[in-house]
Parts: sequence; C-alpha cells; structure tokens
Amino acid sequence: MSMLAEAPLKSAVPTDQELIDFVVREARLIDQQRFDEWLELYADDAFYWMPLEWNQTDPRLTCSLMYEDKLLLSIRVERLKGARTFSQKPKSRCHHVLQTPQVDSRDTAANRYVTWTPIHYVETRLDEQALYAAWVTHHLGVEDGKLRIKLKRVDLINCDAAFGNIQLFM
Amino acid sequence: MTRYAGNVAAIRALVRDQEVHRDVYVSEEVFQLEMAHMFPNSWVYVGHDSQVPNAGDYFSTTIGTQPVLLVRHTDGTVKVLHNRCPHKGTRITSETCGNTGKFFRCPYHAWSFRTDGSLLAIPLKKGYENTGFEQSHAASGMAPVRHVRNYRGFVFAKINDGGLDFEEFFGESLSSFDNMIDRSPVGQLKVAGGVLRYMHSCNWKMLVENQTDTCHPMVAHESSAGTVVEVWKKAPPGTKKPMAVEIIAPFMSPYEFFENMGIRIWDNGHGHTGVHHSIHSDYSAVPGYFEKMTAAYGEDRAKAILGENRHNTVYFPNIMIKGPIQLLRHFKPIAANKTLVESWTFQLVDAPDMLLERTLMYNRLINAPTSIVGHDDLEMYERAQEGLHSNGNEWVNLQRLYSPDEAEQTNVAINGTSEWPMRHQFRAWAKFMTMRM
Repeated sequence: MSMLAEAPLKSAVPTDQELIDFVVREARLIDQQRFDEWLELYADDAFYWMPLEWNQTDPRLTCSLMYEDKLLLSIRVERLKGARTFSQKPKSRCHHVLQTPQVDSRDTAANRYVTWTPIHYVETRLDEQALYAAWVTHHLGVEDGKLRIKLKRVDLINCDAAFGNIQLFM
Repeated sequence: MTRYAGNVAAIRALVRDQEVHRDVYVSEEVFQLEMAHMFPNSWVYVGHDSQVPNAGDYFSTTIGTQPVLLVRHTDGTVKVLHNRCPHKGTRITSETCGNTGKFFRCPYHAWSFRTDGSLLAIPLKKGYENTGFEQSHAASGMAPVRHVRNYRGFVFAKINDGGLDFEEFFGESLSSFDNMIDRSPVGQLKVAGGVLRYMHSCNWKMLVENQTDTCHPMVAHESSAGTVVEVWKKAPPGTKKPMAVEIIAPFMSPYEFFENMGIRIWDNGHGHTGVHHSIHSDYSAVPGYFEKMTAAYGEDRAKAILGENRHNTVYFPNIMIKGPIQLLRHFKPIAANKTLVESWTFQLVDAPDMLLERTLMYNRLINAPTSIVGHDDLEMYERAQEGLHSNGNEWVNLQRLYSPDEAEQTNVAINGTSEWPMRHQFRAWAKFMTMRM
C-alpha cells in the first residue's frame, strides 16, 4: 500500500501532467483509506459537492447528496475512526477506476485549474457491493507551492436514484 | 403457509400491551395483509398540491405498494387515480411528474381518459359494440380513489369505503400541520429543493417508531453527532457556530433533555415528540423573518406560532413531519424487509430563503443516503431486521414507562422517553389491519 508522498510542483504554474497526477493521487488516497492525508489536499475554503439533480446549478436552495465544507469533511474522517461508529464495523472499502483526467481550463491569473474525470466507483461492505458511475470535476488552485482542491464536484449518472448507504468518498 | 389471512384473532395476538411479535416486521404474509387491509383502511399521504399547480399536472406515487397518481383536474380540484390503464394495466404516467394536458393517453393502445379518470375515447370503438363493454370494469376508466382530502395543500387518500372519516382519523393531530403551514406569513407551503430518496433494507415500521424513539440519539448517533461536538470543541474561541453544528450537535443532548421535551399522544397512532422544546429550539434567528410574521399575524400570534418547537409528529401509518423546519418524511413500504424513505422539504411562501437553506442542510445532513446520521440509523434497522430471525425470542419489547390504563387515554402529554407512542402505533395498526377483515 506504500505510495510516494505528495511531490512539490516543479514551478509556480502546474503542468497538465501535474494536474492529472494530483487527481489520480486523490483517488488513490481514498482507496487506501489515508483520509488524513486526503483531507490535506483540500483548501481551507474547499467544498465537496455531490448534486442531487441532473445539471444542478445551485447548492444552496436545491438539495444535494453532499455539499460539505472542510469542517464537515473532517468530521466524516474523524467519525470513520470512531470506536462506536457501528455502520463501519466492519469497515467499508472502496475502489476507483478513473479515465485519464482531462484539463478543461487553465486560468493562471485566477489560480484556477479545472479537470474533468469520468469514474467508476465501487463501495463494498460485508456481502454487499455497489457500483456507481460519475463525472468528477476538480477545481484546483496552487497554495504554498502545492495543488489544493477548491471544489470537487461529483455528478452521479443516476444522481436522482434511490440509494442505500454511501459511506466513503467518490 | 398462511397463518394470518382472515384470522383476526391471530393478527390481534401479534400486538400485546408491552410487546409485539417479530412477524409484524419479518413476515411477508403480514406485509401483504398490511397492503390489502391496513393501508387501504387508513388515510394515507399522497402528495402536496403545490406539486400539481396547473390543470393537467400530475405526480405519480404509491399508497402502500399500489401505484397511484395525483392530478390537477380541469375544474381545479386534485384527484387521486389508480395509475394503470383499465385495459391491460399499463402504467399511464411517463415521468414521475409532468403535465398531461387535457387528458391522459395510454401509450400502449391509445385509450384516453379525462383528468378525473373517466374514459374519453378508444380507437376503433366499434369493435366493442354489442360486447357488453358498458358493464365492464374498463368502461369506467381509470379508477379514482374515492376518498380524497386536501388539507391546506396536503393531500390524503383512503382507498376503502367505510372506516373513519378524515376528521375522525386525524382529530387533534392536524395542529402540527397547521403550525407548519402557519409559519409562512401567507399560510402557504410549496414543495421545494428536491426529494432525497434513501433505500432501507428493513421494515417500514422500524422507521416510523424510530421517529418517536428518544433514547437512541445519544447512543446510536454518538459516532456522528458526538464527533461533531468533539471536533467543534477544537474550534478557536469566538468562532461563530456554523449552521451544520447547530443542526447536528443537539442529537447528543442528554437523557434529561429528551425526558423533559415531552411526548403527546393523539388518537389512531398519531403523536409527537417535543411538547415543551426540541432539538430545533435553539436555531439562530433568521434576519427579517420575525418581522414578516409579526406584520402578517400580529406579535402575539407570531410568537405563539414560532414558539411551538414540535420535534417529530408521526401521522399513522407512514409519514412524519417536522413543523419547525418544514420537512416531511414518507416511509414507503416495498416489502417486509425493504422500505424507500423519501424526505421532502417545503418553502415557506413569502419567508426569507435562509429558512429553506437551513431545511435543505438539515435534510442532507440527516436524511440523505450519504448522511452520517442516516448511516447510524440504518445500521441499527438492518441489524434488527436480521436479529429478529432468531427463534430465541420472538418478541420485541416496547415496555418503557408502560401504564396499564394508557390504552383508554388520548390527547395527553407524557414523559419524553416513553415508548407509549410505539405501543400506540401498534394498537392503531391492529385496529386498521382488522377493521374489515
């Protein structure tokens, strides 16, 4: 399960390959359940957004499956470690398959880089295994020489379907 | 093997004063009898009339497991129709909601129906001449559910004739709907924000009884709400408490909080927690809202409306509402061990958007399939659904704060940790299961 630590950017402006590597590494940290390191990839003002509606534009007055700031994400990470977190006894596991991320836009002046990544995500616990398909949009920026997530948007292909528990992160 | 069909004594024997037999949760036969008797004998929530504002608007849903649709008829009233073509049974609606225009048209053979369900036309009608078609079931069109009541926008239907009329069935309990609706300065709600749909591998009644279960939050939700409290403690002093913390942290309130909040019992299985206060009592004020309420109602009345902090109001058989945050949960039975939970939210017409924003945040933090609080609960339901297959003990205990004279009492306020509401729900369950059996 070993993996190299986060590599610093080679220059102030990330290359496309560095953006791609970052997105791939984020998924790998989730699959390896290295959630503390995963959380460090998020900027302090980041949001993790999983819309409920197809083509949803508003996270505030339209409900979402998740629209969480870093405080709520950190609560999730702490909860997963809890001695009395019974829905994680036994623990879930997950598995990402990513298409190569595409760099949709690069705005160096605004320090905003957007990638688009189709994924298949498998979450399993005990005898149950569920497969989800989604498009993930990362809005990234450079902070202190490292890429950080400003917004991660996960659009499930069946966002309006009835789901059972989704306990980890896509 | 059938043990319960037509056997009133066997059904009644499932519900004792202080315990219920596990078959109410695990038996497929009992489940089928609920669908055949208990749901059709009850006034069941269908939908809200703001989902069908214009003539021809429809919304498809279920009563028990029966497909029905809610439609705005050309005369402006709402109708509830069985959602099947009288010809071959084909579902009529194409989308969950939409507009059908002046009539429904079956996509299979183009039979068409007015929005009250009556038959409008059949292609090649002459093929039915001299066949006695007028006497057929099909000739009367899409069967309407005959007993429909639109209570201030909330539409309920009862499939069977007889039984209790709407006012008898709900009695005093409608005060919770009134309070939720009165929280709009113009006394009007609108479905808003989208519906969360969460599939549960457990019996629907486990969810219903959980709504009045005040001894589980500080235990089952220690993992989620307890973590919120712990993480929040580490915030720098003076940090403004975020809305999310205001919402989740009160789940960790101590037993005394829940004992003192109180529970009220009404007739026919209805009741609510939070007589005196609730987990919704201490939310931050929303700027401009109280002023609007005062302008609309006068200060005394506005204070009285907003002073109610009812926690969960359960309407037997299968919905719960939260008046203070305009939320309705619909526990839709699918099988003895499968339930679809729909969590609906409402906008207070003419009130600040921040109220809806908070309601939606509550809904996704507590009721979504991605909710850590939801995960806590579903884990317990699923373990119970599994554990109940043990033959070591066939009974579920509902004894907490039992009082031998309680069955005769109604409209009473009691200790907030009593399991009386669950006993009360099951007394109603036995009554509506057997009333026409």
